[in-house]
Amino acid sequence: MIALDKLWLQLPDYAHSTAITLLLCVVLILSVAYLTLWERKVIGWMQMRIGPNRVRIFGLLPGMGQPFADVIKLLIKEIVIPQRANKILFRLAPAITLIPAFAAWAVVPIAPNYAIANVDAGLLYVLSLTSMGVYGVILAGWSSNSKYAFLGAMRSAAQMVAYEIAMGFALVGVLMAAGSLNLGRIVAQQHGGALAWNWSWLLPLLVVYFISGVAETNRAPFDVAEGESEIVAGFHVEYSGMAFALFFLAEYANMILIAGLTAVFFFGGWLSPLDGLPWWLGGASLLAIPGTHWLLLKIFVLLFLFLWFRATFPRYRYDQIMRLGWKFLIPVTLVWISVEALMSWYHLGPWKH
Amino acid sequence: MAMTNPFKTFMLTELLAGLSVTARSLFRRKVTVQYPEEKTPQSVRFRGLHALRRYANGEERCIACKLCEVVCPALAITIDSDVAADGTRRTTRYDIDLFKCIYCGFCEEACPVDAIVETRIHEYHMEHRGENIMNKDKLLAVGERYEAMISADKTADARYR
Repeated sequence: MIALDKLWLQLPDYAHSTAITLLLCVVLILSVAYLTLWERKVIGWMQMRIGPNRVRIFGLLPGMGQPFADVIKLLIKEIVIPQRANKILFRLAPAITLIPAFAAWAVVPIAPNYAIANVDAGLLYVLSLTSMGVYGVILAGWSSNSKYAFLGAMRSAAQMVAYEIAMGFALVGVLMAAGSLNLGRIVAQQHGGALAWNWSWLLPLLVVYFISGVAETNRAPFDVAEGESEIVAGFHVEYSGMAFALFFLAEYANMILIAGLTAVFFFGGWLSPLDGLPWWLGGASLLAIPGTHWLLLKIFVLLFLFLWFRATFPRYRYDQIMRLGWKFLIPVTLVWISVEALMSWYHLGPWKH
Repeated sequence: MAMTNPFKTFMLTELLAGLSVTARSLFRRKVTVQYPEEKTPQSVRFRGLHALRRYANGEERCIACKLCEVVCPALAITIDSDVAADGTRRTTRYDIDLFKCIYCGFCEEACPVDAIVETRIHEYHMEHRGENIMNKDKLLAVGERYEAMISADKTADARYR
């Protein structure tokens, strides 16, 4: 073990980041796999069903083999490319949706004072990468040369563009609180226990950000991109086998990303909720140690919200989505940014110093 | 944009009410029946796979009156008849096409001698083309195999008829 430690320290920086990038990708893919199972389980429980429990791993843990069974099934299926599709874009689209969902993790502070790439303009990087997702959806819908795919793509493009703005404005509030675009510094600025995290001062922005996040990932109740009753499966009707699986993977990877970003921006990332509290409130206990486990816990809770929403809310009508985005979420963010300006002027909340 | 109560709209009260409903059912008892191991109760009147019955002495009940063939709304039954060696009227062919059959139970109702019945068997399958035609031999075989169940079901149901 000691020898391995030394070897690790002797490796150059690029080797470190390559190793951690690979590890992160594997962890993400496995999380996506098990998130699909967890989703089916949670929705099942909420509908008073049991959920998948047949496929086992080594005869243990009912249901735990389900993701692998699904992946193997999708892998051995044929990928059908429609005759009159734009074949290059058709093949490119799944990659374009998937890659940003993984690439954005580069700037997310996954451990105390550590991110794979410690970029100063990290927030801009995240914003630009999450916007890339729209291209994947539009290209998939357009290149399929199918009217249902095209309708789905158009609907979700309008929706994603609208919610992008609300999302950006919500992040302006975070940026004002932190005084930095660096995600590591945004987390560090929130130190001082659960009440000092951004959610307490920026609650309306948190609500707007999370709702826009759900809309950005095309999750229920904002999943007009794939309205089963009207346009079959939406933008990915023509995709089959592993190409379809990539869209599926991208959707869940985006969910994890949005949950991770919400944790970083509003719930203090890797900070412990007890951190900075007096000792009689547990401020000196083991639980007060910041670390990756806190980030993972927060992501898990936020992901549960995604699933909970899906099990609860019926799909919004298209005009309702537009109304909510433009007439409700964006004004709320604008108002709260003004309130923040006042708080900053009078040195309230995060602007005490 | 109807916003009758702005406070309620901004506090998302109705959405939270909806979420609490699903949160409560998350912890409720699950009602799933684990099918191959567990099964839901079945009525004695269940209409499943058909069978032709015999009397206790081994004699076929069917007298080839063709009432079932006539009553069948799906035209699933085909019967040919002839005089048997002992001078009785018997079927030489009794086919039910399981793909045409709609399991309405009219044949069973029409039968004056309780020969054709629908059993409680619903878990059966076909692997080859043509297996969907139940001929006389197959129907009689089903009847012989499940006679105990069939007669028990008929006795249990008799007082309601």
